[in-house]
Amino acid sequence: MPAAAANIVRLDGVEKHFGAVRALAKVDFSVDAGECVGLVGHNGAGKSTLMHVLAGTLTPDRGQIIIGGEPRQGYAVEMAQKLGIRCVFQELSLCPNLTVAENARVLHPTITGWGWRRRASRLIRGKLDEMFPGHGIVPDALVGELSIGKRQMVEVARAFTVTKAPLHLVILDEPTSSLDSHTAGQLLSYVRRVVATGVSCILISHLLREILDYSDRIVVMRDGAAVAAGRASEFDRDGLVTAMGGAAAGTVRPEERAAGLRRTTPVRVRARPATQKDGRELVAHEGEIIGLAGLAGHGQTELLIRIFSGASRRIPGVEVTARVALIAGDRQSDGIFPLWSIAENIGVRSIAALRKGLLISPELEKRLAERWQKRIRIRTPDLRNNILSLSGGNQQKALFARALGSEAKLVLMDDPMRGVDIGTKLEVYDLIRAEADGGRTFLWYTSEADELKNCDHVYVFRSGRIIADLHRNELSEERVIQSSFEEVT
Amino acid sequence: MRLAGRIDLLTRPWVWSYLGALLVWLAAIAFTHGYGAGGMLTAALALAVFCVITGVAQMFVITLGPGNVDLSLPANIGLASAVAMKVMHGSDSLIAAGLLAALGSGIGIGIGNYLLIRLLRIPPIIATLSASFIIQSTGISYGRGLQIKPPPGFAAFTTAQTAGIPLLAIGTAVFTVGAGILLHRTIFGRSVLAIGQNPRAAWLAGIAVERVRCATYVLSGALGGISGALLAGYFRGSSLEIGDEYLLASIACVVIGGTSVSGGKANVPGLWGAALFLVLLLTMLNTFGVSAGIRLLVTGFVIIAVIIAAGGQKPLR
Amino acid sequence: MSSVSASSAARVPLNRFRVPRRFLRAALPGLSLALVILGIGELNPRAVSYFGLNLMLNLGIPVALATIAQMFVITVNDLDLSIGTFVSFVGCVAATWLRDAPLLGVAVLLGGIGVYALLGAVIYLRNVPSIVVTLGMFFVWQGLAILILPKPGGKAPVWLHALMNFRTPYVPFPIVAALVIALVVHAGLMRSSYGAILRGSGGNPSAIGRAGWSLLKIKVTMFALAGVFGVLSGLALIGLTTSADANIGKGYTLLSIAGVILGGGEFVGGRTSPIGAVIGALTLTLAGSLLNFMRISPDWQVGAQGAILIIVLAARAVINQTGGRAS
Repeated sequence: MPAAAANIVRLDGVEKHFGAVRALAKVDFSVDAGECVGLVGHNGAGKSTLMHVLAGTLTPDRGQIIIGGEPRQGYAVEMAQKLGIRCVFQELSLCPNLTVAENARVLHPTITGWGWRRRASRLIRGKLDEMFPGHGIVPDALVGELSIGKRQMVEVARAFTVTKAPLHLVILDEPTSSLDSHTAGQLLSYVRRVVATGVSCILISHLLREILDYSDRIVVMRDGAAVAAGRASEFDRDGLVTAMGGAAAGTVRPEERAAGLRRTTPVRVRARPATQKDGRELVAHEGEIIGLAGLAGHGQTELLIRIFSGASRRIPGVEVTARVALIAGDRQSDGIFPLWSIAENIGVRSIAALRKGLLISPELEKRLAERWQKRIRIRTPDLRNNILSLSGGNQQKALFARALGSEAKLVLMDDPMRGVDIGTKLEVYDLIRAEADGGRTFLWYTSEADELKNCDHVYVFRSGRIIADLHRNELSEERVIQSSFEEVT
Repeated sequence: MRLAGRIDLLTRPWVWSYLGALLVWLAAIAFTHGYGAGGMLTAALALAVFCVITGVAQMFVITLGPGNVDLSLPANIGLASAVAMKVMHGSDSLIAAGLLAALGSGIGIGIGNYLLIRLLRIPPIIATLSASFIIQSTGISYGRGLQIKPPPGFAAFTTAQTAGIPLLAIGTAVFTVGAGILLHRTIFGRSVLAIGQNPRAAWLAGIAVERVRCATYVLSGALGGISGALLAGYFRGSSLEIGDEYLLASIACVVIGGTSVSGGKANVPGLWGAALFLVLLLTMLNTFGVSAGIRLLVTGFVIIAVIIAAGGQKPLR
Repeated sequence: MSSVSASSAARVPLNRFRVPRRFLRAALPGLSLALVILGIGELNPRAVSYFGLNLMLNLGIPVALATIAQMFVITVNDLDLSIGTFVSFVGCVAATWLRDAPLLGVAVLLGGIGVYALLGAVIYLRNVPSIVVTLGMFFVWQGLAILILPKPGGKAPVWLHALMNFRTPYVPFPIVAALVIALVVHAGLMRSSYGAILRGSGGNPSAIGRAGWSLLKIKVTMFALAGVFGVLSGLALIGLTTSADANIGKGYTLLSIAGVILGGGEFVGGRTSPIGAVIGALTLTLAGSLLNFMRISPDWQVGAQGAILIIVLAARAVINQTGGRAS
């Protein structure tokens, strides 16, 4: 292979900070021509940030970006486009108000002039046919009216379309998250075919199987750094899991306790997902920690939201007999109030209880926040500081304080440890256990299999339904993974 | 919390609205060589009152977040002024009844606005826009040929002053203190602020989002109704156009007063500064003898300058 | 089984649910216009004639042009509260300078379009809400209009008057004009390749930015287009009324917003329709005539516009809900 083609991209010592949070710490990373690099790591390990740097949508604070053998100054999206680097981001980057063909045109400035619509249609349909035979997508369909899986297919296919600009590298960030296993297989085998023609790919996936089976080389990220790298054949599942680290399960919950609770304490929640066809339902008793497992986005959050709504109004199939509080995992969109202080953010769930007479008492609010600052160790010099002055982990602690400081006896957790450092996790696990022993019930959706070891009982989800119901003593990561992939009939 | 509030009080842009008000006043009396300085303030306070009341209404609505504006305020004010005058029928004994009727009309409009937003699932700006068309027509048809003078007692009340300070201004000052407490120290106010920052997070934090939104539009409607009655008293008679300038004036006061147009952050004292600034600016231009065209031009440039200076609110997601 | 048959098999259920909903939504504006015309024809058959329609729809042309201007702004998720007073300003310029000193007049009107482009740039670069900036411009344009024409008066340039009173054969001029406006803008915004980019920036700005397009250029383009159509609206209005008044276009702000929404446009997400917008503007214009024929007092003219808006939005809400259930 010619030397010039060897290194498509190289990142040297790239660093990136978001406020107090260090997202990337001196990362060195490279991709050769015609190889598929698998990138793995826990949530918040820095994979997406690294890819944004590569795609030109984020500028690193420090470090060099070398593409096609040349260091690139002022590297940004336009340059990435010209140099043939494409990215399929986790958040869908299609315009929902445009048709499939029009979205294809967005990526290709050269599709213009008379008959552009026909050419764009032909381009995207051809690529869809090539990648996903039998896809059933019409180029004239509005993207906003396609199902999420079809949208992902369009987006991935669009990234591989070629007109005048060259195509050297396609970054696939969780490309299979909304695809069924058949379509995911079609996509991954296409990746292998295209890599054989000399195009490079970076594949990010939570499914280690996909990474192990379809990449040539694997890079493992942890806490913003690349901690391991090597040929795919040198790794196996366990090796990857160990390298990713973060197996912060804490002490395992004793089995006897779990069994005892089921028998003796009253039921707090009974809930069935909206799409559940059989009689399976989620049941949670007082003092239990219930895990919601399965692949990300398979209906766990939806069920938590149903239960949350069910506490305030009647919803068929949901029965809640306790006050409820929710701890969001997506802090920015579901959790924090960015204009408020830490104390106000903690107090908001309890404002009714913080009143003296009709008015909210700043004194009571301050005391509540101080009490929880001590219990959960929120690291800040002053609780009156803006919530955004905290690091991500501490922001998450404030959200825990908000829920646990309220009168709620039922706490719903929507994958709350996303992007949280290990130290924080261990502290919070202890707290959850202590609160459960005090009689609170926790429903805990987590995308990290190790966290399930903290649970008394686990429900596994697939395609919006509960497909397995595992007791503490039946629980193992293999069981969960195995259940996650069972086809739903 | 309270201390923090006091510290950044000095760094907030709305302080400049008071300074601006002071400056234009000084400029105006410099021009007249001090003549009529007090009278100018009295007149400005009286007119600022209406900007402040409608400003409070608009402030709560705007604080609910992007897309929330009450475009039905002018029509509401016009209708309420007619309703109040008709019910009062020029008789002092019916003042209370007239005020209640205006309040009722305003509350009704608020409820109507909310129902449109909720049932049709349309952005509030469109709901209040279509409602305002209907209210306008109702007002025209209800107030046809109506030229009822306010009861003498009511007219006197709206223009009464002690030591050069309009009674209405004192009352409104007390009212704004109440509005400040409502905003920062009650469940309702906190909920409005939370919803304005992030409605989904507010819902997940246990806030009754829909109830609060409904209450906010009702509050805005009610305040519009009251200002309609007061304006009719102050200008000695109702008219349907009486509220026209208060749509833009209320939004301008809210913006200049330091309330965030993207929601979640509101400022009550700033409303007074902004209202006085706008009214005194017009007074100053009047004393300079400039034409109406220049007055409008300056008003427009001030609003644009303030928003560009205060601007750059990055979307938070 | 070949892949072709598999894909067409998959297409069938999709279409069964999707097409009626999309079709219904697209048909809604036309349906409401047809209803209003039918109503008028029922009450006064003579009104639906060449001269009747000419008379009733004349003032619909400037409204349609202002609605198109508003539509460009709404497509990129902004709102122009100043379009009404801008139309007044243009009207005042047209009735004075454009007649007396055409070069100056043209330069001022081009300057107005330039200001619109500048607004787009400011709104994008400073990330400020368009409602507030255009609220300020509301005052600016009105102030300028009053300065140019303190008292109602002026006179439209002869050519403008002649153009707006042009008699087309068979089909009334306003209908021809409306068709031309709708089709030209449709071709530019809905069918051209850059139009897709412009609309896309309303649907998902960051996606357009990531694909390497300049969002600044898009914003400036859309606001400049709004300025162009605002100028056309003011000119058309003065051609019809022959004299101007500083408040002549004040009502156009609300009318134009209502027209866009009536025409099937959404406030956010870049979902607008030029053809729909023109139809919406005509519907609002005709609603007044319908009420006249129904002998409903002119008091309820505006009210009827509001009612039509609410009814159409309600119909849309119902369609959306049933559609939501089906898919």
